[in-house]
Amino acid sequence: MTQTTTSSSASGPKLGPLGRFLKATEIDTRLLGMVGALVAIWVGFHLYGLLVNGTGVFLTPRNLWNLSVQTASIGIMACGMVLVIITRHIDLSVGSLLGFTAMIMGITQVWVLPQWFGLGHPLIWVVTSIVGLILGTIVGGFHGWLVAYRGIPAFIVTLGGLLVWRGAAFLVARGETISPVDSTFALIGGGPYGSIGATGSWIVGLLACAGILWMIVHGRKQRRKFEFPLRPLWAEYTLAILGCGLVIGAVLVVNAYPWPRGIVAQYAEANGIEVPPEGLFISHGFAIPVLILAVVGIVMTFVMTRTRFGRYVMAIGGNPDAAELAGIDTRWMTVKIFALMGFLTGLSAIVASARLNSATNSLGALDELYVIAAAVIGGTSLAGGVGTIYGAIIGAFVMQSLKTGMVLIGFDAAMQDIVVGLVLVLAVYVDKLYRSRTK
Amino acid sequence: MSGNPNSGTPLVEMRDISISFGGIKAVDHVSVDLYPGEVVGLLGHNGAGKSTLIKCLSGAYQADTGEIFINGEKAEIENPRDARKYNIETIYQTLALADNLDAASNLFLGRELVGAGGFLDDAQMEAETRKIMGRLNPNFRKFNVPVSALSGGQRQSVAIARAVYFNAKILIMDEPTAALGPHETQMVAELIQELKRQGLGIFLIEHDIHAVMELCDRAVVMKNGQRVGCVNVGEVTDDDILGMIIMGKKPPQAY
Repeated sequence: MTQTTTSSSASGPKLGPLGRFLKATEIDTRLLGMVGALVAIWVGFHLYGLLVNGTGVFLTPRNLWNLSVQTASIGIMACGMVLVIITRHIDLSVGSLLGFTAMIMGITQVWVLPQWFGLGHPLIWVVTSIVGLILGTIVGGFHGWLVAYRGIPAFIVTLGGLLVWRGAAFLVARGETISPVDSTFALIGGGPYGSIGATGSWIVGLLACAGILWMIVHGRKQRRKFEFPLRPLWAEYTLAILGCGLVIGAVLVVNAYPWPRGIVAQYAEANGIEVPPEGLFISHGFAIPVLILAVVGIVMTFVMTRTRFGRYVMAIGGNPDAAELAGIDTRWMTVKIFALMGFLTGLSAIVASARLNSATNSLGALDELYVIAAAVIGGTSLAGGVGTIYGAIIGAFVMQSLKTGMVLIGFDAAMQDIVVGLVLVLAVYVDKLYRSRTK
Repeated sequence: MSGNPNSGTPLVEMRDISISFGGIKAVDHVSVDLYPGEVVGLLGHNGAGKSTLIKCLSGAYQADTGEIFINGEKAEIENPRDARKYNIETIYQTLALADNLDAASNLFLGRELVGAGGFLDDAQMEAETRKIMGRLNPNFRKFNVPVSALSGGQRQSVAIARAVYFNAKILIMDEPTAALGPHETQMVAELIQELKRQGLGIFLIEHDIHAVMELCDRAVVMKNGQRVGCVNVGEVTDDDILGMIIMGKKPPQAY
């Protein structure tokens, strides 16, 4: 929770001339709204727990750490779904494809590779992951080919895919659950050993801060070079403090969540460490899947804003005919977009099956709906041409926060579905109101 | 009877072009040519086939039969990218802008400037856009908003800037002033004169007969997908041209 207090205290004093503040810092009001909604959900669940159940458990390092890990799988896929939806398509097959890919990877690492390499060989997780990523990319690219070159609507292609790949996930192992996965592979899913610890988290955090500062300084230099209007200095400082504050806050939270006693004892015994009577405090730090999500988010943001590919995705979404007339090969672009979606689904399958430490044919069931909802809540317009990666990631956090929060306060599954459904419709309605107002 | 006043190799020669959609001949064995520094008007009713004919040149359609020669050499134009390679630029009636992108992104769409590592150089593109817009439409200020937020005239100037910026040799303008006010129309007329002086060849699809009389050197009239005839605008009256458009009647000067 440190991050939200940092952000509100930094912007608090200037709330009077809020418009001027937003203009100077060039912070997107949509972004602010989404973060606001997320904070409201968090605080709401915490207070509800505090008042009704006597203990607020939502805003604890433990819950926030778990939330971040649970969000990773959906968040990774949402980053790809943004591109698909921006170009006016949809992908309903990601959940099933995740299950199928996970099953194939399960078979690869449990049944096939140990025969060649021997059990626990360090190459197993590498080969398995590559198999998963390639398989996801090929299947996604095939969907894209059917859409682009055979003219079948994406809705139908991927609706078919939803059934086909779920069925295939069952058939490849006749419905068996494959478990446990390779021990190195399992680290990708998080857990105490699948986290980078306190020191590692500080290094990541400081690198991130350095990156934020570099972006601000470099951006200012570019603007000066081309004589574009500069942000006022105080706005630059505010942005720097805000950004670094968020990162450091996140580091403090994940470092405040210690390993469970049992794992500590096991670890101490294995490494010959004496455990003092008051216990050893070993921090989790950032979980590996969360770092993967962060890298995917950064890379995809870069792709969308700094590469031709990203520019063409936006152009196709804004006006497919204009994109075609501008010489963009829109059909090949569609194949690439779906292939990228498939790649990210493969990556997500790695994270999801590693976290579960097994591959089951039902893995990822209904994920497509959560992924689409995350993208849409994050401001991606189903009419095409509008959407951001950071929005989709925040959207994934919103969805996961709702799920987790309702479990924590004891809502049953039926009630959870009702709330998630209502929130999705409400979010799109609010988004529509916002757009028609700013137009 | 007078003939084509130009001599030498034409910049563009479209020879015997035909294209049909579902059994309907949209363009029926039509030939047109265009010389450097010349404006050729393409006239006719809606559905006469002028836009379809010209889309074969811009790469949006492929002709069923016929050949296109650029500077006397046979050209293969199968898509808009090919057309751009021959320095053919088109300003479409619909403007063909991606509404969700800003002016610079639209101007450079498909031909982005990239910096080190092949990444988009947005700052450079915006700077170039500011430069060319300063020349074409000095009042243009909205560089950082999507073009959906621009007025019709501003959008038009973005579309024109896109065609002019990349050193077009052959410019196709499909009703460039249809959505414009009088002041902006005048601006486009001046621009056409300026580009003509620079030696560009311009195909102008236009309904307004006065604009044709003012801007064009020659006018090709089409009706029902066929070529009615071509006239040197200086040798005929606007009534002659209207007669060609409406009744398909060829005046004696036509060829």
